[in-house]
Formats: sequence, C-alpha cells, structure tokens
Amino acid sequence: MLKHIPALTLFILIGPVLAGLLGALLPAFGILPTLGGTEATVAYFAEVLTTPGVMRSSCISLLVGLLTTAISLSIVMTLIAGWQGTRFFKALQSLLSPLLSVPHAAAAFGLAFLIAPSGWLMRLFSPWATGLSRPPDWLIVNDPMALSMMAGLIAKEVPFLLLVALAALPQSDARQKANLASTLGYGPIAGFYKTTFPLVYRQIRLPVLAVLAYATSVVDVAIILGPTTPPPLSVRLLQWMNDPEITERFKASAGAQLQLCVTACALVVWLLSERVIRQFGFKSVVKGKRHFADETIRKTIALLAILSSAMVLAGIATLGIWSFAGFWRFPNALPNSFTLDIWARQGMGLETPMQNTLLIGITATLIAVTLTLACLEQEARSGKTATSRALLLLYVPLIVPQVSFLFGLEILALQLGGKAHITSVVLTHVIFVLPYAYLSLADPWRAWDKRYAAVAFGMGHGPNTVFWRVRVPMLLSAILTASAVGFAVSIGQYLATLLIGGGRFPTITTEAVALASGGDRRVIGVYALIQALLPFIGFGLALFVPAILYRNRRALKATA
Amino acid sequence: MTGAADGLTLTDVCILLNDKPLVHVSAHVKPGDVLTIMGPSGSGKSTLLAYIGGFLDKAFSGMGSVQLNGVSIEHMPAQTRQVGILFQDPLLFPHMSVGQNLLFAIPAEQKGSDIRRGMAEEALKEVGLEGLFDRDPATLSGGQKARVALIRVLLSSPKALLLDEPFSKLDADRRSSIRKIVFDLAKARNLPVLLVTHDTDDADAAGGSVIMPLETRST
Repeated sequence: MLKHIPALTLFILIGPVLAGLLGALLPAFGILPTLGGTEATVAYFAEVLTTPGVMRSSCISLLVGLLTTAISLSIVMTLIAGWQGTRFFKALQSLLSPLLSVPHAAAAFGLAFLIAPSGWLMRLFSPWATGLSRPPDWLIVNDPMALSMMAGLIAKEVPFLLLVALAALPQSDARQKANLASTLGYGPIAGFYKTTFPLVYRQIRLPVLAVLAYATSVVDVAIILGPTTPPPLSVRLLQWMNDPEITERFKASAGAQLQLCVTACALVVWLLSERVIRQFGFKSVVKGKRHFADETIRKTIALLAILSSAMVLAGIATLGIWSFAGFWRFPNALPNSFTLDIWARQGMGLETPMQNTLLIGITATLIAVTLTLACLEQEARSGKTATSRALLLLYVPLIVPQVSFLFGLEILALQLGGKAHITSVVLTHVIFVLPYAYLSLADPWRAWDKRYAAVAFGMGHGPNTVFWRVRVPMLLSAILTASAVGFAVSIGQYLATLLIGGGRFPTITTEAVALASGGDRRVIGVYALIQALLPFIGFGLALFVPAILYRNRRALKATA
Repeated sequence: MTGAADGLTLTDVCILLNDKPLVHVSAHVKPGDVLTIMGPSGSGKSTLLAYIGGFLDKAFSGMGSVQLNGVSIEHMPAQTRQVGILFQDPLLFPHMSVGQNLLFAIPAEQKGSDIRRGMAEEALKEVGLEGLFDRDPATLSGGQKARVALIRVLLSSPKALLLDEPFSKLDADRRSSIRKIVFDLAKARNLPVLLVTHDTDDADAAGGSVIMPLETRST
C-alpha cells in the first residue's frame, strides 16, 4: 500500500492539472458537444483577440508578473546580502514571517484601505500636512499602471522568497563566502552578488518561477487592487467564465489558452534574462570591482523592507478599525465611535462561509499532510530519495496558471453533468496545499537522525512502531507547522473554491473578494480581518500543542 | 552450555561503496567476549555494524554471512535480528521520560505493567541511577545518559551487542568508569560484543582480540 503512495500523490497533483488543461483546450477550438459545439473552429480565438483592450490586458499581466518577481527577488537578495547575520535581520525576519501566512486577498484589502484617497494614510496626514478636508479625486487603488497591484504582490512575495532563500543559505556556505569576500576587500553587496547569489539562486529557482507564474495569472489581488479599464487578463477571463450567456464559455476557453501563452511568455523572458545576466555577471565578477555603493544600497533596501512589511501590518490594522467603526468622517484619523454592530449584523451570514472554510481547510490539510508523511516514510523505507525531477512535478500546480486549468476542470465537470460537490473542492485545494506542506516538512523530516530508528530496530521494534512512536512524536512540531502552512494555503484559495464549487460553497475568502466591488468598507473589514487571522489559529496550535505536550521535554522545546 | 556455533560469526563480510571495498572481515565472537575492530575515524567501520544490525544505508552494499548463535541473520529485517547497538550519542528518545525509554525497550512478551516497571527501576539501580525514572532525559549529565542508553539496550534482551565508538564523546574521567560498566554488564549477560573504535585505550579495556580489517588505500 505504502509503496504506491508516491505515485498516487503525483496523480492527485498532476492528474487534475493535465485534465484541466485538456478540458479547456478542446472547447477553445469550438468542440464541446454538451453546448452544441461539434465542429472545430478558430473563431473563438479570433473573438478573444479582437476583444477591445485584450492586448493591453495581456501586457499588464505579463509586465506585472515580470516586474513584481524581479523586484521581490532583488529586495530579498539584497536584504540578505547587506544584512545577514545582523540583529536587524533577525528582527526583520520575525516581522516578515507572520506576513507569509496572511492570505493575498486580505493583504490586498489592507493595502487598499491604507493607500486609497480616503484611506488611513491620507487621513493621518490630513488636513495638517496635505491641507485636504475631502478625499482627493485620485486613482490610487486600481490605478491603470497596476502600481498598487504590484505593491500588494511584492509585499506578499518578499516574505515568501525570503523564507525559501534563508533555507537555501546554509547549503551555499553564505557566511563563509561573505567573510572571505570581505577579507578580499569586497563590500557586502558586491561580495554577495559575486560569490553567493548564483548558488542561492540556483536553489530557489523553482519558487521564483512559481512566483512569476502566479503574478501573471493572479485573480483575487487583481480584482481588489488591479486596474479596471481594462483589467489584467485573468480577471477578464473570470468575467467570461461567469457570463450567464453559456456560449461565452467557448470564448473563455480560448482566453484560458491566451493566459497560458502569457504566462509561458513571461517564463521564457525570465529564462532568457537569466542567461543574459549570467553572461553579464561573469564579466563583472572578474573585473574585481569591490563596491556597488554598498552603504547606500544597504540602507535603502532596509527601508524598503520595513516599509513593505509595515504596509501589510498597518493594512490589517485598518481592516480591524473599519470593522468596528461607527461614523468615520474624513479626515479624522480614527472613527468618532466604535461599535460591534457590523459584526453582529454579519454574524448570521458568517456562519456558512466559516463552516465551509474550516471544513475545506481542515480536510484538505489532513489529506495533504497524510500523503506527504506517507511519501516521506516510503522514501525512508526504500532508501530512495525523491529525484529533482519528481520535485519539479511538485511545482507543476504552482506554475501552470490556476485560472486556465481550473476552468478546464469546471468544463469537464459540466460535461459529466454532475453538480458541484464539496469533495471536488477539497481535492482541488489539496492540489495547492500539498506542495507547500511537502516543501515545509521534507527538510526537517530528512534531517532527523536515522540512528534513532537503528536503536529502535535493535530493540525489536518494526518500522511501523518506529514511525508512530518515535519519528512522528519527535517531529510533531514540524508536522504541525507543515499543517498550519497547508491550512493557510487553503484559506487563501479563491479560484479553486469559486470555479470548482460552482459558487455553491462560499468561504470567507470568496465572500470577501465578492464584496470588493461593493465597497462597503465595514463589511469587507469583517471578512478580510477574519481571513487574515484564521491562518494564525493554525500556527498558534502548531506552536502551543507541542509546547504543552512536551512541557517537560527540554530537548524538544529547543527545536520548537 | 556453549557450542561452537554460539556467539556472533562473520564470514567474508565485505562492505562496498561504489563497488570499492571499505571493510572486509571474517571473525567469530564467543558469548561474553569482546572483539575490537580498530581503524581511523571515517574509515567505514560503522558501516560494518550497520550491515550486521540491518540498517546499512542504501549508498553502500554489503555481502557475506552473519550468523548469530548458528542462525543466519543477514537477510532478516533489522527488528527481528535481536542485535542491540550503542552509538557515540546516547540517542535517548527526547519525547519520552527516562523510564518510558526503558519500558519502550523491554520486549512486549514481558507482560504486566508492574513487572515491566520493576525491571526498569531495577536496571536503573544497577547503574546507580535510582529514582530517575520520571526524569526528562535532556536534564541528565553525559555520563548518566550513557548509562541509561546502556541499560535500555540491555533491557531489550539482545543476543549480541554492537558498540559504535560509544565512549568517544565522554570526558576522560567518566570514560573509564562507563567503559567498565558496559563491558561488565555485557559479560554478565554473556553477550558477544563487537566494538569499533579508533582509540587504543578502548581496545585495551575491552580485553578481547583486536583486528584491523580495513582496506587501506593511499588515496
């Protein structure tokens, strides 16, 4: 049984992605018998391509992807270069890591509430600094250049890339290289980019590509912060998919192919740039230049990092204030009064989304973590480590644009005629939860000292006893952390719940994003705040359960 | 009643890494005797014990026959070989108390929780650690941990004992006393003992024969 789990896991991950891609491919060429499409045609591609503004939408998606990835990566790398090993770096790390678990939509709402013309920032500085007594008529949120959308994405991708880069540092001997470079007279930034960056980058390349693909096709952040005339391609796709006119599905299918092209295009541009930068880098390395204005860069990057994390935190605080706000006149910094009315009024409506969120999140996490544990245990028993190619497959669901293959899955379900079932929603969440749970657990699992198993074998205990009574209890903290990561990923899912559930299973996240267009800040505040806080329940449990269980076990506390 | 087959017998045991031999041994260890295998650190001695114990890393391959009291064990799964092992580190399970570590080792055939607990307490007394049953292993001193590790492996009723440099991390004054306890208790239980070490003092204290079976290549 256990032997077949890795294959089953890959099937659960990759099967739906392939099926989904195929499911949208045929209708894109007009073939979808259930809706009367029986003849192959390219008319729907023509229709998509001649839709006004579709080229601009595609360009926005492409550029947003490339720019946010390049900027996030530069911030993270330069931050590590300039500050690794310092006290400031540790402090920043503990500030950034909770941000990782804040769902994209909640962070985006927070940012929107902060920087909008009538947002908290403007209120804090008005009227004493700006002279304004009424919100200015500026388009900050949803700006046509997608600046606020990129800011929101960068604020979320920086903590993610920082985490994966930190995991890669020890294997790159980053500290020794930094010391060596400095004894040769290199400044920290120049030294890092010339000695360590290539090694670290090679290790985090897949997560970087995942960030790139995500940013070119993201939907929820685009709805909340992105431009509207026209919106990024993914948002337009969703509009076509949800069009009551059922034949719009053909157009949406063709659009899904366009989205694939845009994401693929972004990946190709990125991979080509890698080569160019590599060539340029080789030339620069041998020139011997010791400094890249290191001090200025160090300080600027620190400021940027603080700013981006402060923005998200202040944004979440703003969500909280709005959800309790009574009458709040511009430009007052705080509401005239606070009230529980909004929460009380939403109370009943919250019940179903909350139940769905928890049910889907907990089940998907349980399935994903169980499969992860089974794969890792099978690996330990067979002595065969997952190859790098198998790891690549883990990233497939993170790199193929969600909006494209999830829509294909929806169309397939339509053809099968079944009603949306919560099981399909849960399994779709598993596709996205599993890679993160696996990536989070694999390292601590493999770092476990196998001699403990040898000792237990010598006592006559079999592999199952070793697994349940030695390895799992010893790695409990890591397992619970991986579960919390998985739960947080599930909470953040928007498209998977919306498309696969056919709108029948509202969660906190789908409700929050649906409210975006309405603009009732108090209600959005309630939903987005819950969304932002839910993941912390998981992480709290991951921290407290081992702490209580192992309160008298010093060796396990130190690692927790 | 010791027959010729009793004890641990290695016949042409060879450990290979990438098809290159690291260790090659034929030897017989009688019950109550200690055989010391000498060699520098990192020379592959431990892989020999891993092969005998049944947990050789897949990177290596091993061949040759291992007989314990006349029974070939080299194809058995590790948990049925009844070969106990002590490593450099005590490796007490950190999530269990000292007493739970010991109870975990006592074979399940030994029924009755009072009897099992009694055995554990008795073993603690034997090595001068009375009253430490409920302690967190992390709070013990290095010497205490080593002694718990020793009685833990003995409580599991092994038929042979493998020692993988178990004294090398202890400080000098504790070292000789722990060494004495280990060899005395193993002898009292009439166990064949295989010790690998790079330390000649260990070999002297063990008192048995010493072999240096390592392929020495000047690479």
